[in-house]
Amino acid sequence: MSIEARFTISYNKFLLDVELHIPASGVTAIFGASGCGKTTVLRLMAGLIRTANGYLKVDDDIWQQDDVFVAPHCRAIGYVFQEANLFPHLNVRGNLEYGLKRVPLNARQLAFNDAVNLLGLSSLLERNPVNLSGGERQRVAIARALLTSPRLLLMDEPLSALDDASKNDILPFLERLHIELEIPVIYVSHSREEVARLADYLVLMEAGRVQATGPIAEMLTRVDLPFAHGDEAESIIEATVAGFDDEFNLTLLDFPGGRFCVSRKSVAIGQQVRLQILARDVSLTLEQQSGTSILNILQAKVLELSAEGVAQVMVKLDVGGVPVLSRITRKSAQGLDLHPGKNIFAQIKSVALLT
Amino acid sequence: MMQADFDALWITLKLAGLTTLILLVLGTPLAWWLAQTRWRFKFFIEAIVALPLVLPPTVLGFYLLIALGPHGPLGGLMIWLGGQSLAFTFAGLVIGSVFYTLPFVVQPLQNAFAAMGSRPLEVAATLRASPMDRFLTIAVPLARPGFLTAAVLGFAHTVGEFGVVLMIGGNIPGETQVLSIAIYDHVEALEYGHAHWLSGGLLLLSFLLLISVYAFNKRFSVLRS
Repeated sequence: MSIEARFTISYNKFLLDVELHIPASGVTAIFGASGCGKTTVLRLMAGLIRTANGYLKVDDDIWQQDDVFVAPHCRAIGYVFQEANLFPHLNVRGNLEYGLKRVPLNARQLAFNDAVNLLGLSSLLERNPVNLSGGERQRVAIARALLTSPRLLLMDEPLSALDDASKNDILPFLERLHIELEIPVIYVSHSREEVARLADYLVLMEAGRVQATGPIAEMLTRVDLPFAHGDEAESIIEATVAGFDDEFNLTLLDFPGGRFCVSRKSVAIGQQVRLQILARDVSLTLEQQSGTSILNILQAKVLELSAEGVAQVMVKLDVGGVPVLSRITRKSAQGLDLHPGKNIFAQIKSVALLT
Repeated sequence: MMQADFDALWITLKLAGLTTLILLVLGTPLAWWLAQTRWRFKFFIEAIVALPLVLPPTVLGFYLLIALGPHGPLGGLMIWLGGQSLAFTFAGLVIGSVFYTLPFVVQPLQNAFAAMGSRPLEVAATLRASPMDRFLTIAVPLARPGFLTAAVLGFAHTVGEFGVVLMIGGNIPGETQVLSIAIYDHVEALEYGHAHWLSGGLLLLSFLLLISVYAFNKRFSVLRS
């Protein structure tokens, strides 16, 4: 199950030349600066623009190849635009039913009420789109796209036109979507935070080209990419809730490299969660410290070192197969005699639960 | 008012109604095409559509008279088909009015289609609507103020027509005599009382039509903002 795409298109002086092989499951983020062509890729996939010699295959279906070009309304896609673009002459219910009505009964995979509940729209159904807030409109737009039972959901910076409050209002819905529906999502974004929270797979684009692709945890920790540098450099870890420490009010989280203790959160045992660890919050020691306030100390192996300015070094660690970044001073790196393959302990000052 | 005045009123309304109807049917696809096409020579078609705005009605009427007359292409065709020439007939008036009023219907429609942009149609396409479906369920409802403007302007402009009608319709009472020409006849015969009745009636009708358009479109734009 995969999506294969190949597009070349030139606008004025801008050349877009991309080739993509991405999994047809989970959330794939296409990340890049404004103007790098990521929206164009999405529009090409939807068939909203057509380029000669394009190629697009979703699972076993060819949507574009040579003379074959499936018209956009014949592709089983859902498309969420940056602006909600609700139809002003229809109320919320009319907007939601617009796509639903055009899908044959036997092809419908999501019932009207399920979409309404998933996005919390039941009190808005008879309202006019003009009277909705930005966040509410975008939720209607997402439900409207889902109700066409798409095989592929394309989202073009769906949160970028919203204020922070509305963003935080929608993000939990997007995470639910991710968990509850099995529709692969291609999510275009220039927000690192959204990508870290939502994406499973990442495509990094720059100036019309694909620079790198890979699973999110791997991509964020690749020292040859810009993600793994600067103050925001972070590692993403998928963990399972293992239990709670009632005495100290802690949550215990297991991942292949060991166990984290974080302050108690409202999660359930067995739940999959995503953790974020900033590189600047990870320090390194040669021996396991005992007299320390740091709870999370893990055995690690140095994989790679990369200069971070003149005074600092970004160290990529292997913690039980999971990549973790640590940013330390060049002086410490020399003092510890760090080199690839060296065994070491990582002390993690702070772990954030993203979901 | 005399019987001839009532006849003129009826012919005028019939002419304006028919012309508006025909123009909405023919003008909508033309306006849609003009709003959508990226053809580089579309300005050529736009100029032809706008021509009646600047051309003296007598010029348009003169060419139409020739085209509709027994030796013209249209009139000749009618005779060849066993009919009669179209000059000085009601059918001829309708054809003339359609040409003369074309910009008043096509331009508001084209503007309305252009103003909505391509985005609502793209959204509809991703919601499985075929091109014709998108046109009927999205473009037409969103262009509703444009349709109203087009219909009222088309109707009012045909009611106010004088030169073209005079050139191709003549002035046959009960057949091709419309209100504007009836007024002219009354004035020529110094029947100012009759002229006042008809002129005042036309003034009122036109004003009411325009008021309804502006009031409706205002309500609409308030609803949208």
